[in-house]
Amino acid sequence: MQQTNKLRPFFENLEFERDDNHMVINFGPQHPSAHGQLRLILELDGEQVVRAVPDIGYLHRGMEKMAENMIYNEFLPTTDRTDYIAATANNYGFALAVERLIGLEVPRRAQVIRTMLLELNRIISHLFWLATHALDVGAMSVFLYCFREREFAMDLMEDYCGARLTHSAVRIGGVPLDLPEGWLGALAKFVNELPGNIKDYEDLLTENRIWRMRLEGVGVIPPEMAKSWGCTGIMLRGSGIEYDIRKEEPYELYDELEFDIPVTDACDSYGRYKLYIEEMRQSARIIQQLIAMYDDTPPELMAHAPQYISAPKEDIMTQNYSLMQHFVLVTQGMRPPVGEVYVPTESPKGELGFYINSQGEPYPYRLKMRAPSFWHCGILQDLLPGTYIADIVTIIGSTNIVFGEIDR
Amino acid sequence: MMRPYTPKDNVQAKAYYTDRFWVAPKVPHEPVPQEGVYAEDLAAVSAKCKVEDAYIERDQLVIHIDPNENIAALKILKEERWYEMLSELSAVDFLAERGGFEVFYQILNLNTAKRIRVKCFVKEEQAIESVNPLYRSADWAEREMWDLMGVKVNNHPYLKRLIMPDDWEGHPLRKSYPLQGDEFAQWYEVDKIFGKEARDIIGPENRDPARVDRYDTERFARLGHEVPRGAPAEEAMKSEETPIQYQEDEGVFMIEKLSEERSKVLERRK
Repeated sequence: MQQTNKLRPFFENLEFERDDNHMVINFGPQHPSAHGQLRLILELDGEQVVRAVPDIGYLHRGMEKMAENMIYNEFLPTTDRTDYIAATANNYGFALAVERLIGLEVPRRAQVIRTMLLELNRIISHLFWLATHALDVGAMSVFLYCFREREFAMDLMEDYCGARLTHSAVRIGGVPLDLPEGWLGALAKFVNELPGNIKDYEDLLTENRIWRMRLEGVGVIPPEMAKSWGCTGIMLRGSGIEYDIRKEEPYELYDELEFDIPVTDACDSYGRYKLYIEEMRQSARIIQQLIAMYDDTPPELMAHAPQYISAPKEDIMTQNYSLMQHFVLVTQGMRPPVGEVYVPTESPKGELGFYINSQGEPYPYRLKMRAPSFWHCGILQDLLPGTYIADIVTIIGSTNIVFGEIDR
Repeated sequence: MMRPYTPKDNVQAKAYYTDRFWVAPKVPHEPVPQEGVYAEDLAAVSAKCKVEDAYIERDQLVIHIDPNENIAALKILKEERWYEMLSELSAVDFLAERGGFEVFYQILNLNTAKRIRVKCFVKEEQAIESVNPLYRSADWAEREMWDLMGVKVNNHPYLKRLIMPDDWEGHPLRKSYPLQGDEFAQWYEVDKIFGKEARDIIGPENRDPARVDRYDTERFARLGHEVPRGAPAEEAMKSEETPIQYQEDEGVFMIEKLSEERSKVLERRK
């Protein structure tokens, strides 16, 4: 007996039993292959999907609302929690948006460190993707190998900033810390060994018959569909459109670095898998170049902008005016100029953009995160119909969605 | 005693202190150059639609248009100027100041790597036409905009709440919506599971197990030295440990305690 004002879950409104041969099944939100909290309502004709309705919002924490009630520096650690696989990319996207709103130049050494962290984080994220995707498809051993290397990369992150997942290592105006002793050596060792490890994964997967059968021709996204759905990152490049924000709209040091953008017109999951592998190699190549750049940089780590950024700790402890500025910036927060920016960056998942509308207050008037996974999740409703139920997990895996940033 | 007046149309955090003579600087709005990609884009739009304002802000072209012409303007930009990707679509709440929303469409040309922000001002009760036929990605973006901001969208194929539950009341990203949620939000689970009549029985302190009472200084930060509510805390701090145990003395079943002697600490990673 259901009372009208009592709990009435929505799946009870679905008609599971039907007169035709169709069946409605509920996938998630607690499905191990749902990559978090994805709920899919699937209408099946036999084994074939007729209609798919993704349902999101199970991890909604109201981050954009929180941003409106936090000073800019206060919000930065919250961005860690959006795409928690690649926290530095989020920190960086937000920091860059605020910097561009203010019109700030970041010191050279901070740029080198930031780019290093971004690329290291890209490797971590791609390794995680490969591990979980292979596990979804059924290749258990790849998962173990990838997590071994990911662990080493996270150790490096931990040595630098103390955190493994939620780094907050990039701050508005620069980075808070210089690299610790011996860190560059360890990083060089890691990136020099990585191509060999990537070869191991490729030996396990690339020519593996089962892997190819499960991925080739599955989850085909034609270029028009990719453009229309706002696909970015590997989802776009996997459909034959060469667009990488690092190359096209360079930020940080990417215009000085040499790297290739892998593109394929295979449009399927297998093509995207190949791109992920190749991007890891390119990231290792970028980091090798950055290690060489580090030594020539002057030691400043934070931008000099007393109105917005606290002075170095040494100045705060010795100079009265720096201390006063620091006090005001900590208790009240910086007040960026009135205006709005939209700043795109290339996160491991795709185009991560921050739209910030500032009214000259210490709190953003409106902050909108353009999270790539949001759009890559929406595409499922057009991508899944026509596929077989066994391929759904592969397709979800190959979109590389993370629910922290879909629901925000 | 009278409660101090607080405006209800914007309940978000406010600056505690603002200098009376402080004038916030502005991000410069540069005029659109006479030549170049942006000049051609703007010329294409203004030939067919009424452009209310256009400028370059931080290297991106911003065009203000009439809300009724959003389809027309975006169609020109997409089909004649190849702005084929809609990167972002959302709204900014200006209900308190101007009685409406500023809707923006952030579009991207993949060939020239140029970005345009098309903006229009929508009154609170005014509905905007869906751009779903032009950009498929507007499907979810418009649903989210409706869900969180309450901007109405006409001719959307499936305008249903996206992020909040279907039976939610109110639009959480509006400035009039408090951060902690309104009364409906705070009692949502209790109302759904037990019914409204259970509100009094459960009470606000048991409503949310994660609730932190910031004014409760008695039971906060005394881990291992807890006192009953209201009892003096000094007594507890004198005693060694409170009888509340977080772990059994002999350890947890199946879990071995880490002993320093028997474990090996690596100097560095292999």
